[in-house]
Amino acid sequence: METAITILIDGLVFSSYLFLVSVGLTIIFGVMKILNVAHGSLYAWGAYTSAYLIGLWSDAGLGDGGTFLMIAVAAIVVGVILGLILERGLIQFMYARDEVITVLATFATFLILEDVILLVFGVNPYFAYQPMAYLDSVEIGGIQRDVYSLTLIAVAVVVGVSLWLGLTKTKWGKLLTAVIYDRELSIAMGINVTRVFIVTFVLGAVLGALGGAYVAPTVSVAPGFGVEVIVLSFAVVVIGGMGSIPGAIIGALTVGIARAIAVHQLPEVELFVVYGVMALVLVFRPEGLFAPAKARKI
Amino acid sequence: MEPSRDWTIPGLTIGFAIVAVSGAVFLPDWLLNQMVISFSRALAVVGLMVLWRTGLVSFGHALYFGLGAYTVALLGKEFGVSDVLITLPAAALASAAVGVGLGFIIRKYREIFFAMLSLAFSMVLYGIVVKTEALGSTDGFSVLSPTLLGMSSDDAGVTLVSLFLGLCLVGWAVAVLVHRYLKSVLGSLTTAIRDNEIRVEYLGYSVAEAIHGKYVMSAALAGLGGGFLAISLGQVDPDSMINWTVSGELVFVTILSGPGSVAAPFIGSLIFELIRTYAFEWLPYAWQLIVGATLLIIIFFLPDGVWSLITRLAAGRGDKR
Amino acid sequence: MNKTTMLRAAGIGLAAMVAASGSALAQNTVKVAVPAFLSGPAAGPFGVPARNGAEMVIDAINNGKLPAPYDSKGFAGATIEVDFIDESGGNTKQVAEYRNLVQKRGMNVIIGYISSGSCAALAPVVDELKTLTVFAVCGTPRVFEEAKRQYVFRTMSHATADNVAAAHYVKDMFPDVKSYTGVNQNYAWGQDSWRDFDLSMQQLMPSTKASDKLQFPKIFAGQYGSEISALSLDKSDLIHSSFWDGDLEGFIFQATARGLFKQKKVVFTVGGTAAYRLGKKMPDGLILGARGPYGILVRDRKTALNEWFINTYKDRYGTYPSGPAYQYGQAVLATKIAYDKAAKAAGGFPSQDQVMAALKGLEFESFSTTVKMALGDGHQAVTENVYGITNWNADDAEPGVRDVKFYPAECIMPPAGATSEDWIKGGMKGAKC
Repeated sequence: METAITILIDGLVFSSYLFLVSVGLTIIFGVMKILNVAHGSLYAWGAYTSAYLIGLWSDAGLGDGGTFLMIAVAAIVVGVILGLILERGLIQFMYARDEVITVLATFATFLILEDVILLVFGVNPYFAYQPMAYLDSVEIGGIQRDVYSLTLIAVAVVVGVSLWLGLTKTKWGKLLTAVIYDRELSIAMGINVTRVFIVTFVLGAVLGALGGAYVAPTVSVAPGFGVEVIVLSFAVVVIGGMGSIPGAIIGALTVGIARAIAVHQLPEVELFVVYGVMALVLVFRPEGLFAPAKARKI
Repeated sequence: MEPSRDWTIPGLTIGFAIVAVSGAVFLPDWLLNQMVISFSRALAVVGLMVLWRTGLVSFGHALYFGLGAYTVALLGKEFGVSDVLITLPAAALASAAVGVGLGFIIRKYREIFFAMLSLAFSMVLYGIVVKTEALGSTDGFSVLSPTLLGMSSDDAGVTLVSLFLGLCLVGWAVAVLVHRYLKSVLGSLTTAIRDNEIRVEYLGYSVAEAIHGKYVMSAALAGLGGGFLAISLGQVDPDSMINWTVSGELVFVTILSGPGSVAAPFIGSLIFELIRTYAFEWLPYAWQLIVGATLLIIIFFLPDGVWSLITRLAAGRGDKR
Repeated sequence: MNKTTMLRAAGIGLAAMVAASGSALAQNTVKVAVPAFLSGPAAGPFGVPARNGAEMVIDAINNGKLPAPYDSKGFAGATIEVDFIDESGGNTKQVAEYRNLVQKRGMNVIIGYISSGSCAALAPVVDELKTLTVFAVCGTPRVFEEAKRQYVFRTMSHATADNVAAAHYVKDMFPDVKSYTGVNQNYAWGQDSWRDFDLSMQQLMPSTKASDKLQFPKIFAGQYGSEISALSLDKSDLIHSSFWDGDLEGFIFQATARGLFKQKKVVFTVGGTAAYRLGKKMPDGLILGARGPYGILVRDRKTALNEWFINTYKDRYGTYPSGPAYQYGQAVLATKIAYDKAAKAAGGFPSQDQVMAALKGLEFESFSTTVKMALGDGHQAVTENVYGITNWNADDAEPGVRDVKFYPAECIMPPAGATSEDWIKGGMKGAKC
C-alpha cells in the first residue's frame, strides 16, 4: 500500500511536470503547425530568470514566501518578451514559407539562444532552493515529501483547467478552434489570423517559460538545461496526439505513471519507458492517442 | 536555363577527379579528415535532397544515419568484421530494410506531419541505444580500423587517403546515379508530386509508392553516410549519430546546399564543416550561435542554398536573367 | 546547368580548400591544448575549476613561479602556449576535435579530459595520431586495462581506488551497516563505480547485502523525485553514489528537502566538488570523497606546495580549489617534470619520445600528494585516497570535513598487470593497508 501511494504521487508529480513543459509546445503546434524547437530555450530562459530573481529577492531579505511571485514574474516576462521577439522578429516572416523551413528557423533560434544564455548567465549553475525550503516537507505514505513538488500538481491542474475553459468558453477560444480547424476558411471569414498567431505563440512561450521557472528551485540550473526538455516534451506530444491539449494530459499521465512504476518495481527498464510507450503508440496510432482529425488537403 | 546539353555528369566526373587527386597529393590530413566527414554527411544529404524535391523534409534521418554507423560498429565489435566491402553495404542495407518497413506508415503523411513522425521514429532508436548497456549506452564504443579485402595499414595517413579516395568514388557514383534517377520518368515525378499529387495519380502513378521508393533510397544513402562516418571517426555514440540534433544538422546542410544539383550537398557539407570547425576554434563559447546565425541567413537570403550562389558566380554578370 | 558552371564550381571549392590549409609552428614554445567542459552541466562544477587549475599552474610555470623544486621556467625552458578547448558535445565530436587539435592546429601536447567517455573514445585515436596526451581527471579503469597504450598517460588514480577506498571507509567508520544500495548514472562511469563498490563491499564486509533495486538514471536527468522515493522506501541503510556535475548538486538539493540524508548514510565518491559550491546548503554527515587527496579533503595539509596552490588559487579566483583544479594542475605539473627530466638526460630540448620515456614510471611530489606512475606499464598513476564526513565549520563559516582517513595507494589500487575487477574479486591480493 505504501508503495502504491508513493508510486501514485511520484507519477502525478512527474506527469504534472511533463504536462507543464509540453502543453505550450502542443498549443503552438495545434494552432500554427509549427514544431517550435526553441521551446527548450524558453524553458531554459524561464528557469534561469526565475533562479536569478529568486536569488535577488531572497538576498534583499524580502521573505522567502515572496519568491513564488518571482516564479510567476519570470515566466511572464520571459514568455512575453522572448515570445514577442521570436514571433515578430522571425516567425511572422515565415508564414508564407514552408512549415518545415519554419521548424528549421526555430532550430537555428534554439542554437543561438543556447549560447546567448551562456553569454548572459555564465557557465556556473544557479541554485534557487528558497521556495522549496520555505514550504518544508510532510510525511505521506511513510516517506518525506517536499511540499513544493506537490504544488506542481496543483499548478498543472490550474493551467489545464484554465486552458480548457479558455478554449471552450471564451470568444478567443472559439476563434482559436476555428483557426486550428481551417486556417484559410478562417481568414475568409474575417478572423485576424495574425493576431491569433501572436497571442498563441506568446501563450505557448509563457507556458514553456513557466515550466522552467517552476522547476528551477528543485534543480541546479545549468547550461544545456533545455536540450533534454525538447525531447521529453516532444515525446509527450507525440504520444498524446500532436496539437491536442487533452492529448498532452493523457500523454503526460501515461509517461509519468509508467515511469514511476518502473522506478519502484523494475528500475532496469525505467529508462525505456518513455520511448517504449512512444514506439507502441507510433506503431498502432502514428497520429497519437488524441490526434485532431485532419484532412489530406490537395 | 537554356535547353542545352546536360553537363552535370561530365562535370561531376571532372570535379570528383580533381578533388580526389588533390586530396591524395597535397591536401593536409586535417582537411582530408574534414572532407571525409563532410562527404559522409553529404551522402545522407543527397537522399534528403531527393525527398525535399518531393516537398518532404525528414527531421529524423539520424535514425538511418545512426543505424548505418552502428551497423558498421557492431559488425566489428560482435563479429570482428572490418572489411569495408562488407560493412558499408551492410550499413546501407540495414537502413534500407528499416526504411521499407517504416515507409508503409510514413508514406501516408505529408508536410509537417511527415517531419514530426520521422523525428519520433528516430527518437525511439535514440532511446533504445542510450539505454542499452550492450550498445555502449551514452558512451558508445570504438569502431575497428577498416580493412579492404584483408588489406590494412598501420599508417593512419594511408588509411585516411584510402578512405578518402573510396568515398570520392562512392560519392561520384551516388551523385551520378541519383542524377540519372531524377532525370528519369519516375524521378521527375518528384517535383510533380510536390506541385499536385492528384494529377500525378491521374497519370496512373501511385504517389504513395513513389514516395515510399524515395524514402527507402534516402534511408539507404543515410545509412551509407553514417557507415562512412563511423569508420572515419573510429567511434560511435548516440549523441553524435542518432540524436535529433544530428537530424537537424542534416536538414541544415540540405537547405545550405540547395536543391539545384546533386553536386550541391558535397559542397554544402564541406562549407558546413569548415564553418563549424572555425567557429569552434575561434569562439568556443559561441560556436552554436554562429552556426545558428548562418542557418537563419541562408533561410532568409539564400533560399536556394549556396548552389544558387555558385551558379550565379559562375554564370557571371553578363547573362543574368 | 552547363559545363563552365560545373568547372568554376569545382575551382571555387578547390580555392577554398587551399586557402584554409597551412599554419606555421613557432619556435621555443610548446603548444598545449587543455580540453575541459566549458559549457553544459559539467562546466560549473568541473570544467571551470579544472581550467583555472591548469591556467594557474601554466602561468606559474611560464614565469618560473612554482615553489621549489619546480621553479624553472617553462617545459624544458620552452614557453607554454595554451588553448582551452570545450569538451562537451559527445564522444564522437571529441574524437573529431582531437584530430583537428593534432593535425590542423599542430598541438604538441594535450592535457585534460574530464569525462570517462571522452577518454575511452580517445585512447585508440591518440595512439593512432602519436601525440603525447595526458588525461587529467577521467576515471574509467578501462583505458589501460583494455589495451596497452603508448602515447596516453593518466596522472591520477582511476575509479577503482575511489570505490575500494569508499568501502574501506564504510567498514572503518560504520561497521554496523547491514545493506546498501546505489544511485549512479547510466554510463561507463556510473556502471564501473557501482561494480567496484559492490565487489569491494562483498570482500570487505561479506555480511552486508546489496539491494536488488538499483537506480541508474540517465546522466543530466536533473530530476530525481521518483528515485528519491524509491531510495527512501528501500530497506538499505547506506546509499552509494558516483554522481558528479550538476546532477550531484540537484540530487543533494532534492534529497535534502525530503529528509533522505537524515534517514540514510550516503557515500558520494565525487562529492568534494559540491562542498565549496553549495557552502552552507551542503548537509552535514555525508560521506565524501574527492577522487583522491584533493580539494576540501586536503585543506589542512601544510606542505609548501599545497599552501602555494590553495593561496594562489584563492587569491586569483576567489574560492578554494576543488578536486578538478588540483587534478588538472597535477597533470600539467607531471608534464613539466617529464620535459625537464628528459631535457636533462638529452642535454637539450627533448623529443616527444624522450619526454614520454621520462614520464613513464615517474614518481613525483605533486601539490597535495605523491604520485607514482605505477600501472599500465608506467602510464597510469596511483595515489593515496581519502574520505571524510561533511561538517560545517561554524567558526570560519566555511565547509569542513571531519574524521578524515587516508588510504595508501597499495591498499586501494590493483598491482601492476591485474585488472581491477579480477583483483577485487580475487580478494584484493597483495593489498597493503
